[in-house]
Amino acid sequence: MLCDVCNKNQATVHLTEIVDNQMTELHLCEECALKKSAEMEQQFGLSDLLAGMAQFEKPTEEKESVSAKCQNCGLTYADFKKIGRLGCGECYGAFKKYLVPLLKRIHGSTLHFGKSPARVTKMSNKKVDLTALRYKLQQAIEAEAFEEAAKIRDQIKELEKQQ
Amino acid sequence: MLLNDLLNHDSEWLKGTGPNSDIVISSRIRLARNLDKVAFPHWANKKQAEETQKVIIDAISKVDYLKNSTVFKLAELDAIDKQFLVERHLMSREHAQKSDHKAIVIEDQEIVSIMVNEEDHLRMQVMQSGLNLFEAWNIMNRIDDALAKELAFAFFPDWGYLTACPTNTGTGMRGSVMLHLPALVMTRQINRVLSAIAKLSFTTRGLYGEGTQSSGNFFQISNQVSLGHSEDEILENINSLIRQIVEQENQSRQASLLRNKAMLEDRISRSFGILKSAHIISTEETLELLSMVRLGCDLGLIKDIDRKTLNELFIIMHPAHLQKLQNRKLSPQERDIERAEIVRVKLKI
Repeated sequence: MLCDVCNKNQATVHLTEIVDNQMTELHLCEECALKKSAEMEQQFGLSDLLAGMAQFEKPTEEKESVSAKCQNCGLTYADFKKIGRLGCGECYGAFKKYLVPLLKRIHGSTLHFGKSPARVTKMSNKKVDLTALRYKLQQAIEAEAFEEAAKIRDQIKELEKQQ
Repeated sequence: MLLNDLLNHDSEWLKGTGPNSDIVISSRIRLARNLDKVAFPHWANKKQAEETQKVIIDAISKVDYLKNSTVFKLAELDAIDKQFLVERHLMSREHAQKSDHKAIVIEDQEIVSIMVNEEDHLRMQVMQSGLNLFEAWNIMNRIDDALAKELAFAFFPDWGYLTACPTNTGTGMRGSVMLHLPALVMTRQINRVLSAIAKLSFTTRGLYGEGTQSSGNFFQISNQVSLGHSEDEILENINSLIRQIVEQENQSRQASLLRNKAMLEDRISRSFGILKSAHIISTEETLELLSMVRLGCDLGLIKDIDRKTLNELFIIMHPAHLQKLQNRKLSPQERDIERAEIVRVKLKI
């Protein structure tokens, strides 16, 4: 079977596509398949999903967000919505207001509990620990795990004393 | 190390050892890190990307754990070399696409590999054989700590490590496990298992990651959420999920043995027979048949072939490996002939 696109090479990739409930089959050679897959990735990427997820509570916020811009790298929020990627770490600060609901939707949380780089640890460990512990306390209480909650409460007291 | 050295080299993670290595092929930890205040690769101009690459490679050279590793600049590799690295699971398909100022650092045992200027400045991975997520994380954690002494990473205390895509923010970590689940597929229970996994916010993918179809009954399962839980919690969750799936696969295997032993033996022996005698064979068919042979090995129905040989065959039967072994470009038809030959030789008892 020859490739449907170039009609020259042997077709080795067989693709089934469903568009508007219409099924089409394509038989492609390796070269054309590569091109096609790049095309498809562009057509529907993660950026579309992300843009769809970043819904705003108030319509005015959406207008406002378009002009928001990261001073460090120059990426605008409109760019982010288009490409689905931020421009640099500082973008997180610049678009904080809009990213909070997005992170919440993706991860179900907006608070980091994992490790920190050694450099940061020295400065902000206590602050992070406290926020994390308070959150955990809340969760323990909700789950009625009172023994666990008491332990966490003691840890919080201990940390607060040190500050 | 030269790239071609990898050809005659046993990847650590293919050894077929480690806990549950009958069903769990490998465990992998991936960590995304970015340099503080530096534009992410997709947004950086050439000069920035070049500088980033330099700074990172310089930092890596100072890490003791990585002293036996080699840096390859993607601009210096040809298409087959890149595909070869993808097939060995050392590099993502995305990384192979555009090569400007991209690099890959490979540690001699192939346990650690680091992609420079992929979607994030650093994408580091540690691979282990069998179900071994925590050991992989131990290694990864040490490398990350060592690099953090040399590089300032983009990090907010509230949000953790900052990544180009907000789906990786937080720990920047994905733990993934490659599973071989032929019995769940044969007994048609796999869809039920996969939909349960999706509900628990884990992702299932095929043999070669994002966007690939599962073939040869291989499934890669990883965490979707990277923010809101510590690394240990995330790994604990994957680990206990994987244990349950392994249990289900085991039960299915035993049930098939009990109820349909003749049918199972027939399928396995036929698969083995075709692989031992075919002279032309496609990637897809080889994967399907090898999967059955591996199951036969696991169940003790096929003896004299070890898991390591089979694990290796799963990798070297892919196009770029065949072409590197032959040291020339092969057409798809030539590859099918070459593949059949290699399989026949390796399975000859």
